[in-house]
Amino acid sequence: MTLGTDRVNKVDRLAELTARRDGDAEGASLLRETFGRLRRSPMALSGAVIVGAFLFVAVIAPFVAPYEPGAQLWGREVMPNQNVFVGPRAENWFGLDHLGRDQLSRMLVGARNSLLVGVVATLLGFTVGAMLGGVAGAAVSLGRAWGRRLDAVIMRFIDMMLAIPALLIAVSIAAILGPSLPTVMVAVGLAQVPIFARLLRGSMLAQSHSDYVLAATALGVRRPRIVRSHILPNSLGPVIVQATLTLATAIIEAAALSYLGFGNPDPATPDWGAMLADAQRFLVGAPELAMYPAVAIIITALGFTLLGEAMRESLDPKLRK
Amino acid sequence: MFRYIVKRLLQLIPALFGLSILLFFWLRLLPGGPENTLLPDDASAQQREALRESLGLNEPIIVQYGLFLERLGNFDFGNSLQTGRPVMDEFTTRFPATAELAIAAMLIAVCVGIPLGYFAARKRGSFLDSSAVAGSLLGICIPVFFLAAMLKVVFAEKLGWLPSAFRLDAGARFTEITGFRVLDSVLTGEFDVTASALGHLILPGLALSSIPLAVITRMTRASVLEVLGQDYVRTAESKGLQPTVVRTRHVLRNAMLPVITAIGLLTGSLLAGAVLTESVFAFGGIGSFIYESTQQRDYPAILGFLMLIAIIYVVVNLLVDLSYTLFDPRVRVR
Repeated sequence: MTLGTDRVNKVDRLAELTARRDGDAEGASLLRETFGRLRRSPMALSGAVIVGAFLFVAVIAPFVAPYEPGAQLWGREVMPNQNVFVGPRAENWFGLDHLGRDQLSRMLVGARNSLLVGVVATLLGFTVGAMLGGVAGAAVSLGRAWGRRLDAVIMRFIDMMLAIPALLIAVSIAAILGPSLPTVMVAVGLAQVPIFARLLRGSMLAQSHSDYVLAATALGVRRPRIVRSHILPNSLGPVIVQATLTLATAIIEAAALSYLGFGNPDPATPDWGAMLADAQRFLVGAPELAMYPAVAIIITALGFTLLGEAMRESLDPKLRK
Repeated sequence: MFRYIVKRLLQLIPALFGLSILLFFWLRLLPGGPENTLLPDDASAQQREALRESLGLNEPIIVQYGLFLERLGNFDFGNSLQTGRPVMDEFTTRFPATAELAIAAMLIAVCVGIPLGYFAARKRGSFLDSSAVAGSLLGICIPVFFLAAMLKVVFAEKLGWLPSAFRLDAGARFTEITGFRVLDSVLTGEFDVTASALGHLILPGLALSSIPLAVITRMTRASVLEVLGQDYVRTAESKGLQPTVVRTRHVLRNAMLPVITAIGLLTGSLLAGAVLTESVFAFGGIGSFIYESTQQRDYPAILGFLMLIAIIYVVVNLLVDLSYTLFDPRVRVR
């Protein structure tokens, strides 16, 4: 090896290093950095795979479901009272449910409705909660006396809701609206409002003491603009993590509401929660009827939880390597 | 300390006042009233009207609320519409069942979760660690009523090892002192009742402990991991302290603070949120009573129970805040 090539190698190496530093500086936004870490996290990947599979099933369900999910095509073959059930067979891969309906078709279509419950409930909780929490957080961050008063009023209300367990709030809302699929969505969603509100407000308060807010203030940026375009976007991280985790709890809570009798009574639009609640009565004679929806709920919830936890970890500066 | 406790309890009053207003109007939104649920289906319109009149439901709602506040001044939540007994009595007879269940679940969660989380953190990346992490993720994702029902079917109905419902064997004789069956039977020396009461607590306790166990394991693991990386732990090790002293006095004690906060929040929600477990095991606690009251439009009962739950929640979290001083001498309550 000559002296010359050694130098060339060194320069190349230097160029490579500086280039990489440039690239890093370019991609230093919190979002991109977080996304980069997420892609390398096995937890996030497995969560994403599960959630992706779930989404895929939910989308294709109506096209691949072999039978009408609500049709009792084999009603005569099943006699739950005499403990006669039909297990898996060639024409019904997952067997029949207690009314003689194809369990596979119900599971497939159920994925769609369970996803709908999870997404709508989470969006509702997120929107209402983030609005209340955002107004409270912004009111304090503006630094005026009326803002602190407005914040106190909103947060006392939120704290009262937090002192009552979410499931009891959901039950009382469901009792007002009567059993149906939209009821489950609204009840589960509204029960999550206080958590989102507290989280966003807390996050905004924490951000309002940060150096970049001080810098923006020093530069003469007006307070409302600081709140709108500096504090708020930087506070959304934990709230988005919470929303991902809520997708999991919403599906589980929806099952609980179905179990308590506030679920969706419509046989043509099955959801996993209602299927699980229905199957509870036959747990001794036909445990597999409960197993399909239960395993589906657990795996889906696991997928969203893994994704949410991985996001939380990659957003947390203490856990960065 | 005393002033701090009094101040915290006084802060509760306006919060409860607000809660009562919120709930009072909220409950009136429930469709149908007690005249539809309490009377038989063939009751005449006059009978229904007479019931509404006698319950004072035809007064303007502001007047009803005023009457409610007047009674509340004497700690009287009115009478339950379902049973006719004072709401306060209904609460005190049912609360011990739920409290016993919540304590059992919390004991399981703490006794398993803290050691599990601690050793998982010490042996980071080991098989124990990964199974603790996986198990705690799973624990959050299993619907509680499904877990409860599976435990009941397998261990009570199929294997017959444990009882499947209620707080004691049918026909058991016992002396009631506090309503806490385990405590009462130990006090009176009826140890067969103690055994029976404990046996009835195992399955519901296990089912109810799934979420707190998962949360406590994860919190302990994360917290111990953070403390293990602190300078003072390295200092303690390098100055030659016994490993056991470092582990208990330096690591565990400092790692417990966030775990205790979590325990407080979880206990509060267990006391009230055991609706599902209670209904699977016919346990007869406050959760199932609130559920029935909602179905029956038993306004005074729901209102009273939810307010009492809110009080308990706040008191539990006050106790948690006070317990910080035991673990962290830097924390001073004012």
